[in-house]
Amino acid sequence: MGGLLADAMPIQGLIGGLMIGIAAAVLLLGLGRIAGVSGLAARATGITPDGAPRSVALAFVVGLPVGAALISLVLGPVVVRFEQGVSALILAGLLVGFGTRLGSGCTSGHGVCGMSRLSARSLVATATFMLAGFATVAAMNAAGIGL
Amino acid sequence: MRQIALGLLAGAVFGAGLAVSGMADPQRVRAFLDLFGAWDPTLAFVMAGAILPMAIAWRIQSRMDSPLAAASFKLPPGRDLDPRLLGGAALFGIGWGIAGLCPGPAIANLAIAPASAAIFVAAMLVGMILHKLLPAAPASQPFKETGNV
Repeated sequence: MGGLLADAMPIQGLIGGLMIGIAAAVLLLGLGRIAGVSGLAARATGITPDGAPRSVALAFVVGLPVGAALISLVLGPVVVRFEQGVSALILAGLLVGFGTRLGSGCTSGHGVCGMSRLSARSLVATATFMLAGFATVAAMNAAGIGL
Repeated sequence: MRQIALGLLAGAVFGAGLAVSGMADPQRVRAFLDLFGAWDPTLAFVMAGAILPMAIAWRIQSRMDSPLAAASFKLPPGRDLDPRLLGGAALFGIGWGIAGLCPGPAIANLAIAPASAAIFVAAMLVGMILHKLLPAAPASQPFKETGNV
């Protein structure tokens, strides 16, 4: 096989996606909050005074690696391939941090919570960051910039 | 206390979902963004899977007076589209494309690939602080016509 679509994981993707959506639903229906990771991270670290109670934001942010670690304990090692160099990670991190605050959200807040609410702002934001992501990868490939 | 427990539970299920779905893997996310290369559609299945329960949750929410474990719903107001939304989303998308990481997977990866994830998360927090330090006024104003050429 090999080539196009060979590595896709549609079943795991759907199951993991359902878990992410259920987690976001717990936050919405239980605590009345949007599960936007960028906003919760900014709140947990005290970078912004706005949003969820800081203790709740911190609990959610701590929960993320805890949940990932539990999966690796139960199901075996989670495959993550970090091929980026340090400078690429730093540049990308700066852009993601600055951009998600300026744009009021990321893949979870706009992509999952906002799109499922049919929020016009979130639909536009998601289309914008998707297109920017497609363009960035295409441009890096065209320029021969590996990672 | 109940709120903190719910927050931790939601975060853990979210992080577990990221690990199960393959979205913790930066190269898989980049493969989704590699539309003209060896495209991997997994991320689209994750989004579909996540949006389904949330779409149901929004319907339930519309019939609730208050959340189960908090005083009131605190939801983003439906503001108009503005340059900040578009500019911020574009910058985020560029960073996402470079590294294949957005905030959730990056933080979840602190448990799986701590060295690389810590570098990205530290830079992300610096980016958030830089946004806070910059004067908000110019960026928050809609573009204005000026008479200067």
